[in-house]
Amino acid sequence: MSKFGLITKGIVKENPTFSLVLGMCPTIATTTSAINGLGMGLATTFVLVLSNMLIAAVAPVIPAKIKIPSYIVIIASLVTVLQFVMQAYVPDLYATLGIFIPLIVVNCIILGRAEAFACKHSVIDSAMDGIGIGLGFSLSLTVIGFVRELLGGLAVFGNRIAEGDGMLAFVLAPGGFLVLGYLMVLFRKVTKQ
Amino acid sequence: MEYIIIIISAVFVNNILLSQFLGICPFLGVSNKVSTAVGMSGAVCFVMALSTLVTYLLQYYVLNPLNIGFMQTIVFILVIAALVQMVEIILKKISPSLYQALGIYLPLITTNCAVLGVAILVVTKEFAFGGGEPGLLNLAESVVYAVASALGFGLAMTLMAGIREQLELAKVPEAFRGVPIALIIAGIMAMAFMGFSGIV
Repeated sequence: MSKFGLITKGIVKENPTFSLVLGMCPTIATTTSAINGLGMGLATTFVLVLSNMLIAAVAPVIPAKIKIPSYIVIIASLVTVLQFVMQAYVPDLYATLGIFIPLIVVNCIILGRAEAFACKHSVIDSAMDGIGIGLGFSLSLTVIGFVRELLGGLAVFGNRIAEGDGMLAFVLAPGGFLVLGYLMVLFRKVTKQ
Repeated sequence: MEYIIIIISAVFVNNILLSQFLGICPFLGVSNKVSTAVGMSGAVCFVMALSTLVTYLLQYYVLNPLNIGFMQTIVFILVIAALVQMVEIILKKISPSLYQALGIYLPLITTNCAVLGVAILVVTKEFAFGGGEPGLLNLAESVVYAVASALGFGLAMTLMAGIREQLELAKVPEAFRGVPIALIIAGIMAMAFMGFSGIV
């Protein structure tokens, strides 16, 4: 598969949210607005690309028995790095996303890609795969956040577009489940899966 | 009294699945049958209580005194992974029947974000129960909170499994089958659980 194909497949064909249905917790919890969704997506992409590259590099020398624990340690270390970076440069976003930043460790997308792709491909290919899947994840989160923000707060990327109150439930818990559910149906209809 | 408030709050008002969005993967993945949902919930309850106890002690007696709070994420996930392994080995030895019942769910729990989530929440978040001053939980409160969260997880899982068993008989439109309809049901359940807000 071409390098470009590795990147684009994560956006539709292997979209982690709508097609593979992985990483549902941050998907629902952090998409109260488009910006938060995008922030969470990019934070996950950061960890995913680096973990894919590191794991691709060390995979040949790790014994099969301790494969998963070693991957988890690598991912947890990268998440700790990310926590420091975010605290330093985007403290507001860090505070908003809260507990879901450390929880990137247990995001099944990352361990899933390590196990399914990175451990048997080259460093460059794994980086491309990480970028592709990360972009797909970021895009999905942004779309979900966009819809919830629009319906719940009548705003687009933080800018109010109309007077009055939105349907508050869409920003709260039920909206997360409902919007994701209906968007998934739409995605299936459009891509005919 | 305080413990009762913590329990009601964690089971109903701030249900870990339906209002805090932790542990959605098993919620969608293994909620097809009531019996598996109950088994999974039992395993989660066991591991969550144990891991919260251990991580709480580690945080206050190892990480904080040594000033290495930033190691939290790495240490906690390793503790949980090790605990799950240990629980598996011990159960196999002392209670084969329980191991038979929970066995297949145990490895899945390592990557259940509810377990890591609760372990981190009890040492970082300030709770205000019953209108009191917000503050960090002590050891006993943390463990009670963990068990109550797991009960809330079990409640939501079992309800969902019950609904999905009935759903097998219904004619669901093609595109809605599987995960989407489960998400929509979860949304409606979350709406119902919102009715509990304001109790404590």
